[in-house]
Amino acid sequence: MSGPASKRAPLLELRGVSKHFGAVQALSAVDFEVYAGEVVGLVGDNGAGKSTLIKTISGISLPDTGEFVFDGQPVTVRGPNDVARLGIATVYQDLALCDNLDVVGNLFLGREVATGGPLPLDEVGMEKRALDVLGRLAVRIPNVRTPIASLSGGQRQSVAVARSVMWDARLVLLDEPTAALGVAQTRQVLELIRTLRGHGLGVVVISHNLADVFEVCDRIIVLRLGRRVASFDVRNVNREQVVGAITGAQFGGDVDEEPE
Amino acid sequence: MSQVASAPSSPAAPTAAETFSPAGLRRRVSEGELGSLPVVIGLVVIWLIFWWLNPNFLTARNITNLVLQIVVYGMIAAGVVLVLLLGEIDLSVGSVSGMCAAIMGVLNVKMGQPPLVALLAALVTGAAVGLLQGFWFTRLHVPSFVVTLAGLLAWSGAQLWVLGETGTINLNDKLIVGLANTFFPAWVGWAIAALAIIVFAIATGEEHRRRRAAGLVVGSPQLLALQVIIFGAVLFGAVAVLNADRGVPSGILILLGCVVVLDYVTRRTRFGRHIYAVGGNPEAARRAGISVTSIRVAVFSMGSLMAAAGGVMAASRLFAVNQSSGQSDTLLNSIASAVIGGVSLFGGRGSVWAAPLGALVIGSISNGMDLLALSSSVKFMITGAVLLLAVTIDALSRRGRESAGRA
Repeated sequence: MSGPASKRAPLLELRGVSKHFGAVQALSAVDFEVYAGEVVGLVGDNGAGKSTLIKTISGISLPDTGEFVFDGQPVTVRGPNDVARLGIATVYQDLALCDNLDVVGNLFLGREVATGGPLPLDEVGMEKRALDVLGRLAVRIPNVRTPIASLSGGQRQSVAVARSVMWDARLVLLDEPTAALGVAQTRQVLELIRTLRGHGLGVVVISHNLADVFEVCDRIIVLRLGRRVASFDVRNVNREQVVGAITGAQFGGDVDEEPE
Repeated sequence: MSQVASAPSSPAAPTAAETFSPAGLRRRVSEGELGSLPVVIGLVVIWLIFWWLNPNFLTARNITNLVLQIVVYGMIAAGVVLVLLLGEIDLSVGSVSGMCAAIMGVLNVKMGQPPLVALLAALVTGAAVGLLQGFWFTRLHVPSFVVTLAGLLAWSGAQLWVLGETGTINLNDKLIVGLANTFFPAWVGWAIAALAIIVFAIATGEEHRRRRAAGLVVGSPQLLALQVIIFGAVLFGAVAVLNADRGVPSGILILLGCVVVLDYVTRRTRFGRHIYAVGGNPEAARRAGISVTSIRVAVFSMGSLMAAAGGVMAASRLFAVNQSSGQSDTLLNSIASAVIGGVSLFGGRGSVWAAPLGALVIGSISNGMDLLALSSSVKFMITGAVLLLAVTIDALSRRGRESAGRA
């Protein structure tokens, strides 16, 4: 499990990203970077620009200005498909699972494997691959043939994450992965995030829950009013400093904002 | 800081047998994954009640009549099931069945076209109607309820217009009339049943073998053998009863053939999987790259095609098409069949087998009350109560699923 290797080039780097909606400046010259094998927590108050930044990374919202560099190569992003092709996957809060389908069906949704042409689905092959993926991610699901509806919140989140990474993802964006989860289930999801890091993926976690952020992240990037105000190494920062950066009461790290 | 000494061990890993054991069954019941169990139990209860009230109910002759009576509703309901799986509704199926039957009758009898041409024209018209309604629903964003309600009126009008002033057209073509009114000799029934059992046994065994070869959870071979034996017993029993009267009727074979094909398409192909996905969560399906629009249009088209096929069977059985073909309770009984058979109105849950099962329930009630010489008023009220019961079971089991999901 390698820590953030700041000597290497970042897996993903955004430079000077700006975006405005009418008169509202959602993002002002924001830089963002995440390394392979690193978990970055993206925090900020409501309206700080977290969602806009995530939408920019996942290609849903195109920035007014700014550069998109993946694996050291400048990339032109015209939409979500371009980003998906790079191996960037996003798990939204709603998870986008079909409750009526079983775990295997959801993992392969839209990418079902048929044994030939319009002929039967290769259920055996898909189930085997599903067990394999869940096993590698150390996700425990009692029965991969139960419908998603009867799984716990943590298990659903795990299935959604597993689906996003099983197709050669290199970077995963998780939007509030632990919101509305109980203690044990939260633990399960954080464990999964660590496993992803162990497999060398870059992970970005958007969360309001600082306890979770501190527990699982290597680095914390703080947005406030559309600007990046701080980037902390979790080992050298405490909760108060992060809260201070979020609210604007106090600042640290590579601060570049003016106090109110 | 980010390292935790050791993760808490998760609850006991599942055992392989759990899925297929009585405990697994209990779990499925409490979590609301009931399948067709309630309808089969309901059917047995209904049969026992009517048999007790009138022993003639379970004679070979009456069961053959019952089988003949459910073909039309079963065919139309099979199409309704597909639309319900999307979480949509098609109210036009009755009118479409009548209009398409009228087109077949006029082409064959009034215009002297060959029967096959008339038959195909009816089916193609049905599919085209579904395309139009599906297009209107998906592209113009008019709710399916309204589009097909308009269809209900419009296609009834078209039916009257096609029939013209004559009103009733009597059918006499051998092929068309033979669709619903042929009885096969005893050996044909036995042969078809034997073939079906062999195919079922091979398919079941093959799946078992492939799963075991891949190292996946498998049920016990005894359980699989039991499945095949039960399937075989039901099939041979049915053929024996039908052979004791006039033989296996062609109509039920056509219905079961359609159901087997549609069941295969919905459960075993990508297209079918996408139908369930769109019915379960259209937004998730869209994000997974599934073309929600084309799935919906295709399903509406298949639904109307089955309605047309049902209309053809109705005309064949009655030797005639008239202004009341496909009217009155055709629509209601078809939708009720699908729902009573266990298809959820909320989309994404149920199987095509619900159609013949539900039609059998409705047909049994209607047939049994006819034997008891009860009036239509009682018939409608009882059918309504059974429908309400079926939907209530669906709603309750949905709640069971939701609470299980929050566990």
